Amino acid sequence: MTERIGLEWAYGPSEDVVVREIEGELIIVPLVAGVGDLEDELFTLNETGRAVWQKLDGRKSVRTVVSELAEEFDAPAGVLEQDVVGLLTELERRRIVVRKG
Amino acid sequence: MRAGQAFARKVPSGRAELWKAGRPRLARLDLELTERCNNDCIHCSINRPAGDEEARRQELTAAEIQAVLEEAASLGCLSVRFTGGEPFLREDFETIYLGARRLGLRVRIFTNAALITPRLAALLAKTPPLERMEVSVYGMTAATEGAVTRNPGSHEASRRGIELLAGRGVPFVIKGAVLPPTQHEVDRLEAWAKRTTGLDETPGFAALFELRSRRDDEAKNARIRKLRLTPAEYLSLAARRGEGQTAGLRAFVARFAGVAGDRLFTCLADSCCVDAYGRFQVCLALRHPRTVYDLKKGSLAAAVSEFLPEVREIRAADPAYLGRCGRCFLKSLCQQCPARSWAEHGALDTPVEYFCAVAHAQAVRLGVLDEGEAAWTVEDWPARVGRPAAPAKSPRNGEPAAQPSCEGG
Repeated sequence: MTERIGLEWAYGPSEDVVVREIEGELIIVPLVAGVGDLEDELFTLNETGRAVWQKLDGRKSVRTVVSELAEEFDAPAGVLEQDVVGLLTELERRRIVVRKG
Repeated sequence: MRAGQAFARKVPSGRAELWKAGRPRLARLDLELTERCNNDCIHCSINRPAGDEEARRQELTAAEIQAVLEEAASLGCLSVRFTGGEPFLREDFETIYLGARRLGLRVRIFTNAALITPRLAALLAKTPPLERMEVSVYGMTAATEGAVTRNPGSHEASRRGIELLAGRGVPFVIKGAVLPPTQHEVDRLEAWAKRTTGLDETPGFAALFELRSRRDDEAKNARIRKLRLTPAEYLSLAARRGEGQTAGLRAFVARFAGVAGDRLFTCLADSCCVDAYGRFQVCLALRHPRTVYDLKKGSLAAAVSEFLPEVREIRAADPAYLGRCGRCFLKSLCQQCPARSWAEHGALDTPVEYFCAVAHAQAVRLGVLDEGEAAWTVEDWPARVGRPAAPAKSPRNGEPAAQPSCEGG
């Protein structure tokens, strides 16, 4: 566990982005300045990112998200925890998700 | 699932690699917010007076525009272009703009910048359009720009607007036009544009002016015809871009040259248009009744999925077109298209002599045509353009011959 992401914390989409699903792609469109490094950047999530994203409802703790994913994907929780924390670190840095609880 | 991978992928906007499966039904939409403009540019093919109340009353309301944008987004649209007329003439621009952005649409705005206020600049800085604005600038002095815009004070107002955008860090590009009052200023305007935008790229200059797309004013059309560069003048202008531009054009012709026969719609543009009054059009300039669909009587989805494919299948019937354009391998080099045929002749398939002459002059310069030779008589064109006999495939429809998008506006 890193210092920045607590397992009991809950994350949800930031109001600084609009998330759209187009042709099977989850596309994150910045709404306010400063989300991307450049003015015209969009973001897409890979399969892992997408699976995590769909559980980020602002209420579930990171621990719960990891647990649910471990069950769904039949994968070791330790590996998944690294994935989820890695993704959240990246998305929080870009202001795509925010801590909600 | 595995650790150590990149989860979020940054994708520069407008890149094809965004779509792994297939492109959405509607990738881009051009939205004409108004035909009214604060300027009255001598070469404009669209503008109506800013105070034209009849036009204003007929324009879509902000709520109607929002409904169009919502449907566009539901069809997968990711980018919308706000054009006009002058979009900032709309008092409800802020509502319309934020409505688009909150739908997750990127917005490209065509403007002359004269109506940019500190409030608007702040809005565009806080909620960025995600695409560079395109600012039309027609002169380096009040006198020269005023001679084009025929609106006293337009030069100063435009410069103020540009300063506001630059001061707020709102990204924009400058566009110009080669017109008699300002033709001598092209070099200065280019240098100024690079300094002002901080971009190294050269501004685009319109030169092959189109006639009124509403076919509403023969006097204005007569003036526009007089403003057009001769083919030789156009070649001189193109030559300013150097050998790199020539090589690029030659490569494009080599790739997309072909004989389209009776196929009229060979443009590679991937956008559609909704005019200021809620009518769906194939492109901004094409207002032929046969190619226009009233969105007050049907949905945007129906327009895109049913009406648009029907329009693209319309075939040429004019014998002059079939004998010349239909057999000409220079289609990729020529500005001839249904929209320009409509503006010039009121038909979709009548050759436009001016664009034909310009295309032939370019072809001679590129070395694929001899002086005085008619392109539609050339049988060995694949060898001329340096390509094996198998035709190139257009990205859209797999048929030979395609035209670059003119981007309208």
